[in-house]
Amino acid sequence: MASVEFADVRKSFGTHPVIKGVDIEIADGEFVILVGPSGCGKSTLLRMLAGLENISAGEIRIGGQVVNGLAPKERDIAMVFQNYALYPHMTVADNMAFSLTLKGAPKSEIDKRVKPAAEILGLTHLLDRFPRQLSGGQRQRVAMGRAIVRDPQVFLFDEPLSNLDAKLRVAMRAEIKELHQRLKTTTVYVTHDQIEAMTMADKIVVMHDGLVEQIGAPLELYDQPANLFVASFIGSPAMNMIKGKLDPNDTQKFITDNGVVLPVAKAPESAKGRALIYGLRPEHMTIANGGIPAEVVVIEPTGSETQMIMRVGGDLITGVFHQRINARPDEIVGLSIHAEATYLFDAETGKRLV
Amino acid sequence: MTMTSTAKQPSAFGNIARSNTAVGLFFMLPAAVFLLCFLTYPLGLGVWLGFTDATIGRDGIFIGLENYQALARDSVFWMAVYNTVFYTLIASILKFGFGLWLALILNEHLPFKSFFRAIILLPWVVPTVLSALAFWWIYDAQFSIISWSLMQLGWIDGPINFLGDPNNARASVIAANVWRGIPFVAISLLAGLQTIPQSLHEAASLDGATGWQRFRFITLPMLTPIIAVVMTFSVLFTFTDFQLIYVLTKGGPVNATHLMATLSFQRGIPGGQLGEGAAIAVAMIPFLLASILFSFFGLQRRKWQQGGQD
Repeated sequence: MASVEFADVRKSFGTHPVIKGVDIEIADGEFVILVGPSGCGKSTLLRMLAGLENISAGEIRIGGQVVNGLAPKERDIAMVFQNYALYPHMTVADNMAFSLTLKGAPKSEIDKRVKPAAEILGLTHLLDRFPRQLSGGQRQRVAMGRAIVRDPQVFLFDEPLSNLDAKLRVAMRAEIKELHQRLKTTTVYVTHDQIEAMTMADKIVVMHDGLVEQIGAPLELYDQPANLFVASFIGSPAMNMIKGKLDPNDTQKFITDNGVVLPVAKAPESAKGRALIYGLRPEHMTIANGGIPAEVVVIEPTGSETQMIMRVGGDLITGVFHQRINARPDEIVGLSIHAEATYLFDAETGKRLV
Repeated sequence: MTMTSTAKQPSAFGNIARSNTAVGLFFMLPAAVFLLCFLTYPLGLGVWLGFTDATIGRDGIFIGLENYQALARDSVFWMAVYNTVFYTLIASILKFGFGLWLALILNEHLPFKSFFRAIILLPWVVPTVLSALAFWWIYDAQFSIISWSLMQLGWIDGPINFLGDPNNARASVIAANVWRGIPFVAISLLAGLQTIPQSLHEAASLDGATGWQRFRFITLPMLTPIIAVVMTFSVLFTFTDFQLIYVLTKGGPVNATHLMATLSFQRGIPGGQLGEGAAIAVAMIPFLLASILFSFFGLQRRKWQQGGQD
């Protein structure tokens, strides 16, 4: 186990920069998730940590040691690939034991390491099978088993769940989290799925266009997004964003471009007169008589909650309500917004003001 | 119900037309006729001629195994068998070695990769006779460029007798065959190499494999099925080689480079002994069958390649 540090790490493919100076500190035993839309450089960063891509500038340290010049096999890390990368011509047992076989470990030692790993992952009865004969979830487990047997300093996961169906993904999510709690090995995990990031990570690194947008605990990112990008990326359904300005006479009122007045808890004087974006999470509103009039566009009951898309002024707003609502499309409902849970962003820089 | 009662009783032709099997057979007819005319008939005729004393201009009569009995006592025939096996074995091993090496190089990220891949194919694209003529000059007793270069370097005193000495001649024709055969092996293996996912190599290098270990434990096992197919074809092509030998040496000197194919032709056509020539050609069949069966049973799809149960 070891800590991992990225210090001003950069990477270009030819003249095209893909990582534009990234600083991340990962403590020993931490479960860190790199999340961002496709093309943001998160996988490249992971592959640089693994040694599969070289580093154009900056330093990567594992356990305090600079690994820039080290070959992948010298970094003592194990990686789970998106397509699992199981050796198709080897049985599950041989796949898991491959790293030990390469080192020339004796049969007894291989057994001693492979058996417990197989047991943890429920693979014992599959040890003689070939990867082709396994289901997606089982292959995923074998790939993890191969990593566990190594007992490496750091586990790397590159979108390991994206080839699984939705139900299995939820199950494997819990399994990976439990595995980390049991092994306590430093883990760096890449995904584009913010739900995976929110549910599994100790710490999330949100990346966008080769840069880190924000680093923090899941709820920290959810409650205090640094900017518009993080605010819109974290949370599902996504945060509502409405363009407008503060009321020049009252910093507790936000006036949308369509002329609707929305409540604000306390905005700084400096926000006055600037073009702003009003952020409102779908769950921070309730239906109440006498609220802001909203026209129902679509209503989606899921049983435990009701999602509703409404038109307020000219803006579409999504709401999630923990009550059953008997509204019909085109009906006007009253919307009560929790002013203390709203955000204000600078429309130009995207930075959060409140 | 009403449908069947009102429908007309189908005619016999209608019945046949409606049967899937009959229609299937009907569509296979052109291919079957083609195969019968151009494959089965010549092969059957060759086998039949082997049992006759036919000569050019005379049909011949059935003489049983007499041709084969004569061949069994014929030292030139056994020389040709030995030459063919030797030629095939050495040339195939060399083609495999060089072909694999070339494929591995071309699979790396090289500048002008597609250009190199294209020119690699040239020896295979050039008509055999043309390249054989080129080699004929290269191996010429007086004007050989190899002899000339080595003499200029001062390494040898006189020209090398490439095609005049039995062992030199064998080595020379093998070299020419290898030169021609490498592209097929290299390009086919390259195609095979490209089906191996990059992530397997990455996983292996993270698992601590050196370059050699990645080749030994990942590349080679995953390439086996393609190697089997490619080398079967390569062995078949080499075993039945004719043009190269016929242009370069015509089987000489003193039959040292006679292959079964060239001997068969020489006895059958210029020599006029159709029956004997056919018998020599038929004698190649067991060897060819053996190599096909070897690749079929020995190198057939491995267990890991077979589909899963789910």
